Parts: sequence; structure tokens; C-alpha cells
Amino acid sequence: MAEPMLKPPKSAISPITWVRQNLFSGWYNTLLTLVVGYLLVIGVGPVFSWLFFDATFLGSGPSDCTGTGACWLFISERLNFFIYGFYPDDLQWRVDVMFGLLALSFVPQFIERFPGRKWFGLFGLTGLPVVGYFLVPGGNFGLEVVESSKWGGLMLTLILAYIGILASLPIGIVLALGRRSEMPIIRGICVVFIEVWRAVPLITVLFMASVMLPLFLPDGMNFEKLMRALIGITLWQSAYMAEVIRGGLQAIPRGQYEAADALGLGYWKKTGLIILPQALKMVIPGIVNTFISLFKDTTLVLIIGLFDILGTVQSTITDPAWQNVAIEGYVFVAFCFWVFCFGISRYSQNLERKLDTGHRT
Amino acid sequence: MKKQTVDSRPAGPKPWYDPRIRSIFFQFIAIALVFWGGWTLVDNTLSNMESRGISTGFGFLDETAGFGIIMSLVPYDATMTYGRTFLVGLMNTLLVSAMGIVAATILGFIIGVARLSSNWLVAKLALVYIEVIRNIPLLLQIFFWYFAVLGSLPSPRQSVEVADSFFLNNRGLYLPEPMPQEGFGLVWGAVIAAIVVVIGLRAWAKKRQLATGQIFPTFKVGVAILVILPTVGYLAAGAPLEWEFPALKGFNFGGGITIIPELAALWIALSLYTASFIAEIVRSGILSVSKGQTEAAKALGIPNSLTLRLVVIPQAMRVIIPPLTSQYLNLTKNSSLATAIGYPDLVAVFMGTTLNQTGQAVEVVAITMAVYLTISLAISLFMNIYNRAAAIKER
Repeated sequence: MAEPMLKPPKSAISPITWVRQNLFSGWYNTLLTLVVGYLLVIGVGPVFSWLFFDATFLGSGPSDCTGTGACWLFISERLNFFIYGFYPDDLQWRVDVMFGLLALSFVPQFIERFPGRKWFGLFGLTGLPVVGYFLVPGGNFGLEVVESSKWGGLMLTLILAYIGILASLPIGIVLALGRRSEMPIIRGICVVFIEVWRAVPLITVLFMASVMLPLFLPDGMNFEKLMRALIGITLWQSAYMAEVIRGGLQAIPRGQYEAADALGLGYWKKTGLIILPQALKMVIPGIVNTFISLFKDTTLVLIIGLFDILGTVQSTITDPAWQNVAIEGYVFVAFCFWVFCFGISRYSQNLERKLDTGHRT
Repeated sequence: MKKQTVDSRPAGPKPWYDPRIRSIFFQFIAIALVFWGGWTLVDNTLSNMESRGISTGFGFLDETAGFGIIMSLVPYDATMTYGRTFLVGLMNTLLVSAMGIVAATILGFIIGVARLSSNWLVAKLALVYIEVIRNIPLLLQIFFWYFAVLGSLPSPRQSVEVADSFFLNNRGLYLPEPMPQEGFGLVWGAVIAAIVVVIGLRAWAKKRQLATGQIFPTFKVGVAILVILPTVGYLAAGAPLEWEFPALKGFNFGGGITIIPELAALWIALSLYTASFIAEIVRSGILSVSKGQTEAAKALGIPNSLTLRLVVIPQAMRVIIPPLTSQYLNLTKNSSLATAIGYPDLVAVFMGTTLNQTGQAVEVVAITMAVYLTISLAISLFMNIYNRAAAIKER
């Protein structure tokens, strides 16, 4: 029987020693601690009292916000608009179902020992978009149609980010393979495509999608504004995705390619069975990071007139019924984004540590 | 000796199994697809533009623009051409990008070093800054600074003022403007002379150090020269500089330099946001220098301050430069968010107003994208040159 592994000895440093070592070692550090601490106390105090202690949480209308603190009433009163946009009230259960399914698919991914979490994730990537395609716009199975111009708020933000990532994944894979191809012309086409999209800001892409796309299409064929934005985002995002996946392809040792060749596998079998499964697994953290940046970038759609969560807030804070609620609105949106992005980035770092088996190249 | 010409290989593969022929075939298909797609797009676009009565070509650049721009670095008024609006927008984009790059780099390096500080409070504060700022969309931060912070400044009549020459209100920050008078050329001459002297001094000091091992305090002496020479030139020319002070005229300020709130908000938000990414890059760069390097420097008796400058930073820079480049590119691209708050950058002026007025979407979008492509390529080229200079010289 193996000896049970001993835990490392508890650190023998007492709190006082710790404080002395980390905060007050030498006159320079002491001064720094005192100055920073002082600034922190005088800075954080008013912020906290504005956020919580002096804030108004309950009430029935703008007139209840009389205190010197934040007016959270504004958020709770307009929350419905911030989440669903103009989606009709009695049909919002459809969006709620999608929120529920989304949580069901991805929350288990954060829990290490959740049984069958892989299948939940797979559903999120394949089944969820299909369900959403029928449920959110309606029009089939006796569901009432809700035009995309009525979608908005958090729901629209999630739709943009999610479809953007999902649709750019296959295009990105093709582009990455093309860039690694031995055929010079195919490689050239992919390089030009990737580099051009990566060089231009998303806002120009969105402008292009909303102004130029109608010119590109044959007569009588046209897309709604949301669809045009999605096409722009997907093309732009696929270039970034291609670079992430290329990183994974390059990290696969040559021996893997050679072994596949030696077994007599053709290009597609080699790529599909040997290379891609390893490469994609390796770049999951990278894909998650791209998702985070895309998620933040979706706020740009408000410039072309779509009401994402920032757009709904921005259009509400100018409401004359509410006075000076801009900061409350921005803090609310910032908090929503922060929770999503910070949570996902922590997950990605965790994943990176777990997937790093230490024997690459 | 007779040459053996018998080919022992089996007969060659069928043409459609030959990798070379297949490769040519697939590339041919790829080219055909690209050309077909391109041709369809051009064809559709031309017929669509014809049916909508949109003219083509770049002739519109010479037409009168007829709209004002709130800020321009080159002389501009509404009677000038669309070509001029392009230049104004481009200059504004370059201005805010350059300002942002400088501020974000300084701030990012400070926070990145603070993140590694031995002072627990400072390190944690830097961590909180990084984690909060980089997880909030940039556009939201721009809005916050523009609408919530700068928008709540007092009106021009109730300006915050310092020494009757600096004014801050919701129309912007007003600073005194230096007006060089006759004879100021001497000062410029002195500046150039000082730079030349410092470069020469550096070369001499390096040579001397290689020959004798003595270290010359190049930095301190260089700064002294850079300050003293122009000052002497300034006094010798009889102080040829006057200041134009901003003053309240009617409802607004006139004279002096104005930093419009759009520029300030964009600059602050871009710098703070990008700094959080640069800080992480700097941190990982410094951590990438192995501890053995510092220990070796200590063993050689190099003092701590020199260790950082001569051993750690040069090696850390190798790791820092490539991702730093992409952050600079991101900042430049992100400066296009200006259009959301009305700062007249390239996208707002050219892709916004000019496009709306002329309707020539294809040309305007093509020019704008070409500009960003050029800026991207230029920055990566410049940084690649630097990177090559900083890379490990292997013998």
C-alpha cells in the first residue's frame, strides 16, 4: 500500500508577519501602502454609498428616486425592455425557454463531475440553434410571427454573439485548412481573405453589411437588418476564428501528419480523423476567448440601429421621465457584461490549465 | 558502364489519382469560383446602382462637401471638397490613435509592473483594474466617459478654471495656445542641435565603455543637454513666444487650444481599455524571463537597478513586442468607435456623412477599408523591423 501523500505543511507565517512582509517591508512599501490605502478609502467609500447605502431600490415610479444615491428603480422598472426589447409580453415565454435551454447546455460545462455534460454541450452547439430558429421568430407550428425588428436587449446580444461564433466556426476551419494547404492559389485566397477582414474594424464591416450588401445581391433578394449584421459579423469573425484554429493546426506534431500518411489515409480522412479532433480540442480556450471579445463587440450593432442591451439602455436614459439615470444604466450593462465575460474567461483559463498536457510540439 | 533504365515502379497512377493533377484541378476550380463570385457581385452591384441612379467613379472626391466638421487638424470649411473631408477624418483618426497608443503604453506598463509588485495592496489593485476594465465593452466605456462623466461638467459660464488660462466645461478643455513669434526658428535649431549632440554622445559613450569599461551617465547628461540647449536658444532669441489665452465670448470660449469632449472621452476610454490588455502582456513578458537571469546578474555583482534595465527588460521585450503590436492595431481599429459619440474620425466623417450625401457606398467603403489595411500593414511592418532588432541574435 502506498503511503498517503502528505499535504504540504501549513505556512508558519502569522498574519502579522504576512502584513509586515507584504505591506510594510521597508519605508518605500509602507509609504506606498499608506498612500494607496488612503486613496482607496476616500475613493471607494462614496462609490459604495452611492451604489448601495443611499440608493433607491423600491418604489413605483421616477418620483421615488429622490435620494443622493443610485436610482436602481430605473433598472427594475425597465428590466423587461432591457432583456427582451420590443418582443411582445405574452410571447416572451419563448425567449425564456431559450434562456433556460442555453443555461441547461452550458452551465453543466462549469461543473466538473456533472453526468453527461458533454451531451448537454453538444445539444447547445447543434440542437439549440435549431430550436431557436423555430421558436424565436415563430411562423411555424402555429406560433405567432415576431419580426426581427422587435427583438432587442440582452436577448439580441446573446443571439448575435452565439450565432456569430457558431456560424464562423465552420468557415474558420475551412479558411485555416486553406491557409495551411500546399496549393499556392488556395493558400493565397485564404490569406488575402483572412488578412483583409482582420485589418478592418468591425464598425466598417457593419456599415458595409448594412449599406453595401443590398447592392451586392440580385434584384428582389434582400435581408432584414439583423440578418445583414449577422452576415457581416460572421464573415469578420471567421477570419479571427481561422487564425485561432491555425494555431491549433500548427501545434500538432509533424509525426501525426506523417503517421496518417503512412497509414495511407487520404487528405480528408487524415484531416477529419487525426488532425482536426486534436487541433480543435487544443484551441477550445482560444475559441472561448474569441467568443468573449465577440460578445463585447456585439454592442457595436447599436451604431447601425439595432437595439442590443446597450442600445436599449442608451435609448432609455434619455427618457425625460427619469432624471440623470445614465450612470445607473451604464453600470447595469457593465455589470451584465462583466458577469458573463469574467465567468467565461475564468472557465477558459481553467480549461487551458487542464488541457495543457505539457507535451506539445 | 551501362545505365539501367528499367523503371521498377508499377505503372503510374491514373491521372485522376495523381496528386499534382488533382492539385491543379482544385486550384483551377477555386479560381473559377472566385472569379464567378466576383463577377456576379460586380454585375449585381452595377445593375443595382444603375437602377437606383447612383453614379460611379471617384469624381465625387472633387465635389464640394458642404458640411462642417467640429474638429480638424488641417484647415477645413464647408466649401471644401469631399477629398478634403477624407483628409480631415484620416488626420483625426491618426491623432486619437497616436494619443491612445502613447497613453495606453505608459499606463499599461505601470499597471503591468504594479501587478507584480511585492506590495500586496498595489498588486491586487492592479488585478482588479485589469479584470474589471477588460471585461466591459469598449463602446460602453466610451459612452460612460462621454455622456455620464464629461456630459455632467458645468456649462461654459460656470467653467472650472485654473489660473484664468485653463478652462474645463461641457464643451471641452481649453488651454492657452503657444504662438511662436519671429525668431522662434532659433529654438527649433537648438532642439535639432541638441538631438544631434545627444546621438553623438551616446555613440561616444558606448565606444568608450567597450574600450575602457567605464560607464558614462548618458541618460542624465542627455536630458540636461536636451533641456539646456533649447532654453539657451529661447533666451538668446529674446523669448519669442506669446500665449493666446482662451476667453469667454458670448456663450462659448474663443482662442487657445480646445480639446473637444468627444476627443477626450474617446482618448480616455481607448487608453484605459487597451492599457488593461497591455498590462497583462507586460506581466507575462516580465515573468517569462527566467529567475536564473536575475540570479546570474546578481552573482556578477550588477546592481538591482541595472539588472532590471540591462538584463530583464531587454529579454522581456522580446516576448512583449508581438502581442503589443496587435494591441496597437486593435486600438487603431477601435478608434473607429468614435462615430458613436460624434468624434469626426475617418469612419464618422467619410463613411458616415460623405457616404450619406454622395450615396457612393462602394467607393467610400473601399477607400476606408484600404486606409485601415494600410495602417495595419504599416504598423505591423514597423513593429516587425523592431522585433527583428530585438530578437535573439543566434550565432
